[in-house]
Amino acid sequence: MPFLTEQDLSIDDLAALVAAPDRGAIVSFVGTVRDHHAGRSVLRLEYSAYPEMAEMECEAVVLEAQRRWSVAVALRHRTGQLVVGDAAVAVVVAAAHRDVAFDACRFVIDEVKRRVPIWKKEFYADGSVAWVDPTASGGTVPSERPDA
Amino acid sequence: MPSSRSVTVTVRFLARYAELAGQDTVTVTAPIPATVDSVLVRLREVHPSASRLPSKPLCARNFRQVLGAESVADGDEIALLPPMSGG
Repeated sequence: MPFLTEQDLSIDDLAALVAAPDRGAIVSFVGTVRDHHAGRSVLRLEYSAYPEMAEMECEAVVLEAQRRWSVAVALRHRTGQLVVGDAAVAVVVAAAHRDVAFDACRFVIDEVKRRVPIWKKEFYADGSVAWVDPTASGGTVPSERPDA
Repeated sequence: MPSSRSVTVTVRFLARYAELAGQDTVTVTAPIPATVDSVLVRLREVHPSASRLPSKPLCARNFRQVLGAESVADGDEIALLPPMSGG
């Protein structure tokens, strides 16, 4: 099952993939589209990816978590057009007990943000468009193709 | 001109870098021994639009992030990656 999807994310569907009788804890994280960024009003987002590498990196992150802790991990990331409130990324971790489930869930979302090649383009209420760039001053760089 | 003395690779621009370069992919030929850095030098010589990209972008070779000194082989895909912003 691919990690990237253009379909709506469902925590219930992901939890069903990792739930088991010997796993008494299920921890989930959902990242949703925020209506503001650096003082600007955000209307919608577009996520683009380097799909082949993003799939490989997502798989590597999941396998690393499952090697490091005794957990089962389900991960999905949206691509394409999203509006405020939509779920952009979902991580669901099941384990025998809660401590490792929380630790592994935090690890997975942090690693996804750090190393999976996915990019966020923000469309603002004032009509401007920018790429999110954590290394840029102000956190964004204006898009050269705001209509694309 | 491709030959046994050179490698030909696909350079792929992602996200904002595709906007800056005005295209998604280009083909670049570089002399052997080729590295990611030497491919980037050739890229800027042959495709002036690439001069708008940062001098030291994050790079992937065949879908794995690598440093500029990484060796490059004929047929490789070298991707130039803006700072990631998923999640």
